[in-house]
Amino acid sequence: MSEVQMIKRSPAEQSLSQRRAKESMRSQVAMFSLMIFLTLVSFSMVFAHLNDVPGFSKFFIIPTLFLFAAVQVGLQLYYFMHMNEKGHGIPQMFMFTGAMLGFLLPLTFVTIVWW
Amino acid sequence: MSSVAQKSGFGATLWDWLTTVDHKKIGILYLLGGLFFFVLGGIEAMIIRLQLITPNNDLVSAGLFNDLITMHGTTMIFLAAMPMLFGFMNAIMPLQIGARDVAFPFINSLGFWMFAFGGLFLNISWLFGEVPDAGWTSYASLSLHSPGHGIDFYAIGLQIAGGGTLMAGINFLVTIINMRAPGMTYMRMPLFTWTTFVASAMILFAFPPLTIGLFFLTFDRMFGGNFFDHTMGGNTIIWEHIFWIFGHPEVYILILPAFGIFSEVFSVFARKRLFGYTAMVFATVLIGFLGFMVWAHHMFTVGLGPTANAIFAVATMAIAVPTGVKIFNWLLTIWGGSIKVTTPMLYALGFIPSFVMGGVTGVMQGAAPLDYQLHDSYFIVAHFHYVIVGGVVLAIFAGLHYWWPKMFGTMLNELLGKITFVFFFVGFHLTFLIQHWLGFWGMPRRVWTFMDGQGWNLANFVSTIGALSMAIGFTVMVINIIMTTIKNERVGNDPWGDGRTLEWAIPSPPPFYNFPATPLVRGLDTLWIEKMEGSKEMITPAEPITDIHMPHGSIIPMLMTLGLFIAGFGAMFHQETSWGLGVLIFGLAFTFVTMAIRSLKDDLGYYVTKEQILQDQENIKRGRN
Ligand code: HEM
Ligand SMILES: [Cu+2]
Repeated sequence: MSEVQMIKRSPAEQSLSQRRAKESMRSQVAMFSLMIFLTLVSFSMVFAHLNDVPGFSKFFIIPTLFLFAAVQVGLQLYYFMHMNEKGHGIPQMFMFTGAMLGFLLPLTFVTIVWW
Repeated sequence: MSSVAQKSGFGATLWDWLTTVDHKKIGILYLLGGLFFFVLGGIEAMIIRLQLITPNNDLVSAGLFNDLITMHGTTMIFLAAMPMLFGFMNAIMPLQIGARDVAFPFINSLGFWMFAFGGLFLNISWLFGEVPDAGWTSYASLSLHSPGHGIDFYAIGLQIAGGGTLMAGINFLVTIINMRAPGMTYMRMPLFTWTTFVASAMILFAFPPLTIGLFFLTFDRMFGGNFFDHTMGGNTIIWEHIFWIFGHPEVYILILPAFGIFSEVFSVFARKRLFGYTAMVFATVLIGFLGFMVWAHHMFTVGLGPTANAIFAVATMAIAVPTGVKIFNWLLTIWGGSIKVTTPMLYALGFIPSFVMGGVTGVMQGAAPLDYQLHDSYFIVAHFHYVIVGGVVLAIFAGLHYWWPKMFGTMLNELLGKITFVFFFVGFHLTFLIQHWLGFWGMPRRVWTFMDGQGWNLANFVSTIGALSMAIGFTVMVINIIMTTIKNERVGNDPWGDGRTLEWAIPSPPPFYNFPATPLVRGLDTLWIEKMEGSKEMITPAEPITDIHMPHGSIIPMLMTLGLFIAGFGAMFHQETSWGLGVLIFGLAFTFVTMAIRSLKDDLGYYVTKEQILQDQENIKRGRN
């Protein structure tokens, strides 16, 4: 099979792609640390709540956890699954459409089917 | 097509069609399959109308009447209208974007076979004498109550066919996103390709709800589930929601490709660029989104409460706005054009007033308080036939005449085409216009017969006469098709003489690899640009001619579907027979084995050599002079 085609890179292209790779690696690591940090904070908050530390009430922790979760989903998609890079417009559109429907349809169900 | 027609035996030809993965052949299969079911659904419709020609008629029994209306609706929507549109999408869309095939030829063939076997499964119910009888909507309390295997045929048959539809939709999406020729930006795609894209996206989001609904129904009826049984804690209303979350997008999945066909026809035969192309694209996408937000307008009378009804009424009426935009753009496309009234154009001209009437009655029904009067009356029947026949079916007929030369290499007779149009169009209005009044006068839909002295006799009689006229029109079309095929007068690349899009730049029918070299697209109406520049070859190639990699045909898609078909019977009979469960397991195992074969055995494809392509080119040129 002559499916594979070899194309030589020029030195400039080579250094550009190396720089790109380095940048993307740096942001990956940064985001990975951020996600670990958020996870640690989440666990600590719940731990604090269980140990009756004042200020860590349910009504503070639950919304904060949801917020952190949303941030983590975003980081996961955009940095680890490379959705922040070029050429992902169409997948993004389809994913958001799906997410929107996945949110709206159950919403109508809880409001008008089992009201 | 190694254009020298090699004489091959019947067996070889049959094998070729059973295993084909060529988008043009699959397109033809879809079209013929759809036409076959259109005839079946049409016969059912004629019997329905004959039963209703006079009061107290007893041509068919009440039970058979329910079978007939259910199978008519189900057949027409899932097995006739959609497949025929898929036929055009398959045959034409890759040509319009300058592609060699769809993205997944194997899946394309699988999609076709699932449609074919699903349709067969549904219709085998006639042989068993236990036919689906709860309407094409199959509302849950009624469908759970229905004795015999009728509804089982509905649930499993549609499950199989629906899976095929989902595959076809995904395939079209990937094709349009990834396989456009160089220069074919999104905003240069012909409108038929755009509407295929949006309709496929709608399939992607609308068919999974149907799949789920049908699975619930299957479990409730065949495996002891209780999703819809309120006595067991289920909820019968959920089926209605799920069905219409699928169902309303479905009607737009049907009408958008129809809009696409008419957009092509208008600009070709008015010999003008489509007016407001950008607005047309935007309106198509907007309709696609809004189509998901209005399903509860089918359920105003269920008792969702005034707030929900109001929200859905407003959302419903909003759809009329982008639809109106489209109507005005078509009118302005014709305006000042140099119009040629060919058969496809005749259908397009007839479509505008007919579809507008259907849209207006739709907005009327969208007004929730008024819908309390109209719901479940003949007015509803009139509305959806005005949009579906006046929109979708007219578009299919227009597309059939318009693209017939591209698909089959012969030209349908224009005179017979116009005769078909007159009979069909007059018959259509005769049948359905009067049904609006029947609705106002209180005749409910889906009734087996009616009593004398309610003032409905004449209107029903007129309606049946109209249906006969439609049947005559359709028969003329079938005669036209047969005559054209027998005469077999071959036509050139652009038999209409005014083609604007890429499919008209290549031979009719195109060689199996479509384009000897991938074309370079330099703007909207690619071919028109070349024509205006006096280009001789009609295509600017984007690459030199090289070997072309093509996939092999395969029988596996058909076998895979056969397994599901067998499993369907097993699921249906497992409760009352001992062999049912075994058959179910056997069928599923069979499908999994074929899937495994497909995954483990790579199809490396083959190459069409440069020499052969050049030889083909040479033959075509010589044939032309
Ligand atoms: C301006 C656009 C439209 C509006 C506002 C509209 C509105 C409606 C409403 C409110 C109903 C429910 C009536 C009832 O059952 O009480 C309905 C039924 C229906 N519509 Fe439309 N519609 C529109 C376009 C279409 C199109 C384009 C199609 C198909 C191509 C379509 C096909 C149907 C069908 C099949 C039904 C009957 C479903 C059934 O109960 O069996 N409609 N429409
Ligand atoms: Cu609707």
